Amino acid sequence: MNLQRIRMAPPRYWLVGVVVLFLIGFPTVISSFLASEWAQALILAIAIMGLNILVGYSGQLSLGHGAFMALGAYISAILAHHYKVDYLLTIPIAGLATGLVGFLFGIPALRLSPLYLALATFALAVVTPSLIKRPAGLTGGVQGIGVVQPDPPGAVSNIFSTITGTAMTSDQWIYYVSLFCALVLFWVAWNIVRHRPGRAMRAIRDGEVAAAASGVNVRGFKTLAFGLSAFYGGVAGSLYGLSTGFVSPDTFPVSLSIQLLVGAVVGGLASIPGPLAGAIFAYFLPIESSQWVPNQSWIPAQIAATVKNAGPAVSYGVILIVIMIFAPNGLVGLARSGYSLLNRRLRGATDRETGQMPPDPQTV
Amino acid sequence: MQEFLQQLVGGLAIGGIFASLALALVLIYNAMGLVNFAQGEMAMLATFVAYALVSQGMSYWIAFPVTLVLAFAGGIGVQRLVIKPVERAPILTLVIITLGLATLVNGLAGFIWGYVPRSFPSPFSSESVDLVGVFVSYRDLGVIAVSGIVLLAVYLLLQRTTVGLTLRAAAHHPEASRLLGVHVSWMLALGWGLASAVGAVSGIMVAPILLLEPNMMQSIIIYAFAAAVLGGIESPPGAVVGGLIVGVTINLAGAYLPFVGGDLQLAVGLAIIIGVLILKPNGLFGRAAVRRV
Amino acid sequence: MGRKVPSLVAVATFLLVACGGGTGTPTTQTDVGITADSISLGNTIAQSGAAAAYGTIGNAELAYFNYINGQGGVNGRKINFKILDDAYNPAQTVPLTKQLVEQDQVFAMFSGLGTQAQTSVRDYLNSKKVPQLFVATGATTFNKDHDTNQWTLGWQPPYQGEARIYAADVLKNHAGAKIGVLYQNDDYGLDYLKGLTDGLGSNASMIVDKESYDVTAANTAAQLTKLQASHADTLFIFATPGFTIKSLVTVTLLHWAPTIYLNSVSNPQVYMGLAKKAGAALTNVTSVGYIKDPTDPQWANDSGMQQYKTIIAGCSTCKPEDGFNIYGVAVAYTMVDVLKQAGTNMTRKNVTDIAANKLNETNPFLLPGIKVKTTSSDHFPIMQEQVITWNGTGWTLQGSLIDERGTIK
Repeated sequence: MNLQRIRMAPPRYWLVGVVVLFLIGFPTVISSFLASEWAQALILAIAIMGLNILVGYSGQLSLGHGAFMALGAYISAILAHHYKVDYLLTIPIAGLATGLVGFLFGIPALRLSPLYLALATFALAVVTPSLIKRPAGLTGGVQGIGVVQPDPPGAVSNIFSTITGTAMTSDQWIYYVSLFCALVLFWVAWNIVRHRPGRAMRAIRDGEVAAAASGVNVRGFKTLAFGLSAFYGGVAGSLYGLSTGFVSPDTFPVSLSIQLLVGAVVGGLASIPGPLAGAIFAYFLPIESSQWVPNQSWIPAQIAATVKNAGPAVSYGVILIVIMIFAPNGLVGLARSGYSLLNRRLRGATDRETGQMPPDPQTV
Repeated sequence: MQEFLQQLVGGLAIGGIFASLALALVLIYNAMGLVNFAQGEMAMLATFVAYALVSQGMSYWIAFPVTLVLAFAGGIGVQRLVIKPVERAPILTLVIITLGLATLVNGLAGFIWGYVPRSFPSPFSSESVDLVGVFVSYRDLGVIAVSGIVLLAVYLLLQRTTVGLTLRAAAHHPEASRLLGVHVSWMLALGWGLASAVGAVSGIMVAPILLLEPNMMQSIIIYAFAAAVLGGIESPPGAVVGGLIVGVTINLAGAYLPFVGGDLQLAVGLAIIIGVLILKPNGLFGRAAVRRV
Repeated sequence: MGRKVPSLVAVATFLLVACGGGTGTPTTQTDVGITADSISLGNTIAQSGAAAAYGTIGNAELAYFNYINGQGGVNGRKINFKILDDAYNPAQTVPLTKQLVEQDQVFAMFSGLGTQAQTSVRDYLNSKKVPQLFVATGATTFNKDHDTNQWTLGWQPPYQGEARIYAADVLKNHAGAKIGVLYQNDDYGLDYLKGLTDGLGSNASMIVDKESYDVTAANTAAQLTKLQASHADTLFIFATPGFTIKSLVTVTLLHWAPTIYLNSVSNPQVYMGLAKKAGAALTNVTSVGYIKDPTDPQWANDSGMQQYKTIIAGCSTCKPEDGFNIYGVAVAYTMVDVLKQAGTNMTRKNVTDIAANKLNETNPFLLPGIKVKTTSSDHFPIMQEQVITWNGTGWTLQGSLIDERGTIK
């Protein structure tokens, strides 16, 4: 019976399985440094998933999600540094506290049109570093707060060293902590969007008045989306501080919020795999554009130098514009249409029902 | 008292700068119900173009109008290239695209001209006028005066010319206008061109005061948002009055509210935006919006 | 479920290894980054984003190392210098530094830029025992706390030391001054303010008002109006170049004519020229210097300056008149000097030891008479600066070098 179910599982379940196995096994064969980079990409994926719930599913635009990450990171760092709480314990606390703040922020946000909300959140992102500096006794001001990176617990470390033959570093441990959080939070998001809250949010996004008319609690679900989204941002921020080992005002510049938005848009709004794909893209783009591109002999030297010296801003800008115009459903949208095209070719005109939910219509 | 008056005048001076950029924001809003996040960066780019022309040996008084024409054409170009394909898309798409544009233009200017501040010529003397012990520079007065002239020109264009009428009709009643044979899309492009030119005037006027560099408009744009929102985002006179009020508020708050001090002035800008949006979403001069069901 | 995890890991590992994904783990050696013919150094600096103006420092350092390599390198070894762009964001400095240390296996980090950025990797580098030498920030902590962070050292005069020189100058030349201070509300401004207050000592009450501004501010008019109203007759500006220029202009248009002290970061002639063009009067302006200003005609025939011009010509993107470039060349000179002294004993420990305890050089790019010096009880390489006053077209050196060595405890 079980075997039957596994055999009948739609292809995307298989894909999820492969990706999860890959993410679990990956750090055993790459260096500790690369694991620390991938940990940061996973952390961005969590934040982007939060942004995706807000923007992609509930249709409220936030340009200031870096501010929620900053809040989560500082809550954890302050608890760990001033009150000696175990850092891993502070992660859920930071998430819940940030979620609560996000929920409260969502109440006045109800009164704002999407455009005004974008304006207000953008201003928030710009002001965040200055706001952090003020309570210097608590936040360490511009000196920031150092975060001690924990050693892996013995049991985990043993398993790891049995497999790889080398001792586990704290970067590798942080990778697995981040992966655990990411898996749980992606699973939660998947469950939310498949069930009532997700349907309600999408109904609101596609037409607030119609949704209200059909009995959806518009105000409730919009604020809920804000709270959830901030919760994801808070957890991501807390992990971000852990993986960086340091939080300071300049760690949360307005460009972080833009990086999150790029990730959400590139991956594909209103999709579950989108944030992961988008995060990997948005995280590695600035690194590779300054390191990989200039070393490629096939890229004309002039272009490579431009890409390197202009920094990620230019690439981010071009990508945001091009994706919004030509592929508003992002990488996942492209993959889905490619897959269904392939399916149609293979199965001929009599396309049978695949059991797959139709991809979301153009969402933004 | 003397100090208070000086703070007031200083606030009006910086407020003039916010007002000049807020005017351009309001124009785009009127043309298509959108806040252009790239407005400040486009103004900065136009100012760099003027700078390049002047440093090639062109006279200031020729470079100025040439830049305006280029900015106008550039605004239309941007609309045709990146806004038109998504004209009917939801506001989210448009906002993300203008934000992408802002990031792109900022990075590009940094790449071409670098981040070292530059001086920019001004037609106004750098001296200041003595008004019974309170001082205001000719340059600041110039910014306010030029904003006033731009405001008047915009008003005359929108209210007293056929083009203006068509422009407003296309923005507010696109379907009806289309039936009457108006090229709605081109009218929107015209709106972008105008806003871009007005932004360029702002950039050229403020660059001598703020020093020209790619991030010149980054803090100004937040205050300009605050000004536009405070004045009621579709009202050009509201933008000017809003700009002056914001300028005076941040100066006085910085000087006399100890918990704000010099370092939280930008937070005051944020507070104005959020406060106005929540308490009086239509601003001081805006009309109440009707929610269509 | 818990029982299954290891086997899943093993399966995944097997798949990956089978696919050729293995890269192997690096072996550790005492002298990582040193081979028979090369020394590899790493650097993180802002080359894009808002602070990209500093980015040229890295390129100037590279130009100096290339110049040395062209002459045969250091004791037969060529210097391999890898610069990575962290955009002034500590969250990027950390992974990039790990990359340089763990993947690129650099021998040492050299001249990393930015206080927050370098603070963010200080614990990491010290725990790995990787030298973090001559960080490009004047934050006093990088020298003062060398005893607790033994692999970290600054180079330039610390902001506090510089401010103490101003204090000494005020006490000597303007004993009855009423001081107003404008400072940036970060480590940079606060460090200067602390140095000034400490330097004034029992006369700290001479400071009648201090006003801060944030880097996001549009201008500093409100603060300067307050300072003027406080009847200060001496104004200290502890700001970055852009805000300094704007402040100098504002002071003039307020018809205020205090004695002005500027910090050294903002005093290159290029910036003074900009301030003048924008309408600043620039009367009674004092600052200090320790590096030769490339735009100052008095060094036109100086051999150090001519050497600088030759070196910087090797960097196509560097502007010779930019004061940041001569800074880069000067600090790279010290680095090469340390490596030369290490001779055959090229261990991280020995190199750090020389830098922090045994330095004693005359640097051709610094003002004549300045000694770059460290001892086992003093880890501040440069502690001498000279007071300079603005003469309308350039800076005039006043008196002799002032030595603040040993004052910061």
